[in-house]
Amino acid sequence: MTTVPPILTLRDLSATFPDNNGGLQALERVSFDVHPREFVALIGPSGCGKSTLLRILAGILRPSAGDVDFGDLRQPRVGMVFQQANLMPWRTTLENIMLPLELSGDADAETRARALIELVGLTGFEHNWPRELSGGMAQRVAIARALVHDPDLLLLDEPFGSLDALTRERMWMELSRIWQARQNTVIMVTHSISEALFLADRVLVLTARPGRVKLDLQVDLPRPRADEMRFTSHFGNLARNLKEAIE
Amino acid sequence: MFAHIEPMPNLTKRAPSLRLILGLVAAALFLAGWQLTARLGGLPSFILPSPADVWTRFLLVLADGSLLSHTLVTLTEALTGLLAGAVFATLMGYLIARSRVLENLLSPYLVASQAIPLVAIAPLLVIWFGPGMFSKFLICALIVFFPVLVNTVVGVRAVPAALHDLMTSLRASRAQSLLKLEVPAALPVFLGGLRIGATLSVIGAVVGELVGSDRGLGFLVNVGRGQYDTALVFVAVFALIALALTLYGIVALAEKKLLVWQNVER
Repeated sequence: MTTVPPILTLRDLSATFPDNNGGLQALERVSFDVHPREFVALIGPSGCGKSTLLRILAGILRPSAGDVDFGDLRQPRVGMVFQQANLMPWRTTLENIMLPLELSGDADAETRARALIELVGLTGFEHNWPRELSGGMAQRVAIARALVHDPDLLLLDEPFGSLDALTRERMWMELSRIWQARQNTVIMVTHSISEALFLADRVLVLTARPGRVKLDLQVDLPRPRADEMRFTSHFGNLARNLKEAIE
Repeated sequence: MFAHIEPMPNLTKRAPSLRLILGLVAAALFLAGWQLTARLGGLPSFILPSPADVWTRFLLVLADGSLLSHTLVTLTEALTGLLAGAVFATLMGYLIARSRVLENLLSPYLVASQAIPLVAIAPLLVIWFGPGMFSKFLICALIVFFPVLVNTVVGVRAVPAALHDLMTSLRASRAQSLLKLEVPAALPVFLGGLRIGATLSVIGAVVGELVGSDRGLGFLVNVGRGQYDTALVFVAVFALIALALTLYGIVALAEKKLLVWQNVER
């Protein structure tokens, strides 16, 4: 992996939001590399700027200092999954998933969208409206929409935070399987240590506001990962490391 | 113990035939009450004509084509006024929704303009632009303008910020954000404003015609009043009701067709 140049390099990235007393600093000099096909989880206490970091990478916010270098890609294609499914209520499942391809003017939008519907297990729900879908199904649509244009970078902002515990754990298995199939580079923000360890190759722990990288932990658990792995002692040790770093 | 627990019968969800029958019964009761009041009250026909008198008068103006031609005049005024007022209001509303500067600049005038009763300035417009259809067209456009403008502003402002973020992350152009996000997201509220505007525009046309005109259903009301032909006034009023309901119905139908996604059962 050392021979492959990073797909993404953050250098001394800072973000400050204007407020009444000199600005609220959300991120302070955050630096790290992400390599192609790496699955990186960002974890940290509430308000540590994790979501801000993701929004900068998505091009929604601008950093106040430092830079984001996408190497040769310059303008990377980004797929983002939000905390809520964030679907357009006036579009069916199929139409929601086709949106990124419509925007980029791809000709075979429907074929590719249908392939993604199969991948996320929503066959038969192509023509349903978002309000007819359960929370878990809506979030699957959101994941399919984020993947359909084959993004260079998949950004997940606490994607399963709004789901109940059982659905969330089922979605981990799904996402793990989908990631194995697609091999995109992923950066995921999460609150959950188990979620980070179950899914990621690497976990970055940010400090409380302003966020800085406190720990960069390689997750050397073998893939494909199964449910039972969460009860092994190695998983427990990694979880303890993370927990200590967060507190 | 209970083999079946049936839901309570719901009147509105019954077969449409029952609703139709109930509607007809209500109409029949109304007409019978009217006829009785007119007959037994001993009121002269120029105070309260009976339904039969109105019906006879209706057949008369229908046969000589005058009802149709006056209705068409009012319809044209209301429809063109609605169209022009709505188009202008939509453009202004969108600009105001997108620009705080423009909002602060214009909104005091827009709000103050609503304090002017249109009935009071209708004579002015007739003086300035003559008794023809153009002054009525202007009154309709003015009366339609505000509700459509307000609903456009509210609709565009209500587009979820998270969906704007999504479009940004997908590097959507300004035009794409407008067509694929803002227009469909604002459509429900916008159409609500248009529905209000549709009925208001008929009112605007009649107000203008009552002030001064030589054509239209408002003119017909004036003629009937001047000649103590009260049955003719009734005919004109019913024609106006039919006109307003038709315009309202067209917008309501468009809502039903365009907003299918809102009507699905959860």
